[in-house]
Amino acid sequence: MPIFKKEFLGYFRSPVGYVILAVFHIMVIGLALYSGYYSRNEASLNSLFRPLPWILIVFIPAVGMRLWAEEKRSGSIELLFTLPISPRSAVVAKFLAALAFIGIGLCLTFSLALTTGYLGDPDWGVIFSGYIGAILTASAFLSITAVCSALTKNQVIAFVISVMICLFATLMGSDWLAQFLGSSVPTALLDFLRLMSFEQHFSTMSKGLIDISALSFYLVLTLACLGINMIVIER
Amino acid sequence: MVKVDRLVKDYGTLRAVDGVSFTINKGDILGFLGPNGAGKSTTMKMITGFLTPTSGTATVDGFDVAKDPIEVKKRIGYLPESSAAYPEMTVVEFLTYVAEARGITDMDQLQSRLADVIVKCHLDSVKYRAIENLSKGYRQRVGVAQAIIHDPQVLILDEPTDGLDPNQKHEVRKLIQAMSADKAIVLSTHILEEVEAICNRVIIIDQGKVLVDETPAEFKARKPGATIDEVFRELTNKTVLA
Repeated sequence: MPIFKKEFLGYFRSPVGYVILAVFHIMVIGLALYSGYYSRNEASLNSLFRPLPWILIVFIPAVGMRLWAEEKRSGSIELLFTLPISPRSAVVAKFLAALAFIGIGLCLTFSLALTTGYLGDPDWGVIFSGYIGAILTASAFLSITAVCSALTKNQVIAFVISVMICLFATLMGSDWLAQFLGSSVPTALLDFLRLMSFEQHFSTMSKGLIDISALSFYLVLTLACLGINMIVIER
Repeated sequence: MVKVDRLVKDYGTLRAVDGVSFTINKGDILGFLGPNGAGKSTTMKMITGFLTPTSGTATVDGFDVAKDPIEVKKRIGYLPESSAAYPEMTVVEFLTYVAEARGITDMDQLQSRLADVIVKCHLDSVKYRAIENLSKGYRQRVGVAQAIIHDPQVLILDEPTDGLDPNQKHEVRKLIQAMSADKAIVLSTHILEEVEAICNRVIIIDQGKVLVDETPAEFKARKPGATIDEVFRELTNKTVLA
């Protein structure tokens, strides 16, 4: 709990947290408007959710890159692990603190949901499941970033590697890749890639379907990465 | 209080600590001496549970650091060599964080512990300043303050007077001595006069091995008339040349 508090407040002790939040907000709302929030004339947040995973690919590593890399660089990790705290609770506390910060970022986008509610009559169920999907995607990306951050002292390396992994994991199931590989690769492999991809699961959720396969995909991936994180840290 | 038995630490093929054993009790101040890279810090890190020994055991108050790391960590206050802290936190924020992480959650108790260490380490004038803006001397004292905030039975201080001016050195030494009655203290240092001034035991370690384990008086008596510096140089140089 003290670690959660320290990490969470840590985002606001320097301008970095505010900058990240501001940039995230401008990007999300900007892209939503650009991709036709008004011109489509539909009371939904589709134009918010469709580009969201692509923004999260950059936003989440930016939030999570410092989690362990900074402690390793400054040597404060020595302090952390001579406190009577188990590595497991440290890993979980840091993860939850970063997730709470990301939660603030997502909450800021409620403004668009409220606007939609004011202008029209959206299906709140779909919006709700879209946000669940967003927070699950964020958790999975964050756990990947946490592992990368634990592997290096350098925040920039942690950032770049996590962006690459998240990007790859999202691209894997895109229609674009399917068309590109379409003829040369067996369909079974394409199906498998889709099954493992973020984009497919997220687009299901943003359409209002909370299905078990998407839920378990996110949860298993997040827990597995946190497990790896623990092993890396204890090593 | 602290029992170290044949501790060994390997980094790949390099043996950093090679069979170090010693016991210290309440009231002892043990000075850990040795050239850079001798294995002082590594030994200390193994006692605190930050590093896992390759073989051998370290026990604190009967708890084995490999089996009950949490119990051991509760009983130890540790000042890392880098006097690591979070630069963007203020002194009070940082000390509060450490106190809470060490399980002091009662508000009154927390406040009284905080007030106590701030007085003991002379931090009153800087307590609301960010640690990154403090001078090295103050930063070092913040490190000492976080090590003693839970009033531990065992104190492990890695070069506590490093980077301090003579007055500050004197202050920190006085502080360590004042606390020693009910604690077991291990400190590492390069400064031999420090050992003479405050320690009641000296261990010299070189290339991972204990060369000397005796009182400062005995140590000095090894070569009558010579300074403690000269004895040290003779001992550690021999092994470098051999």
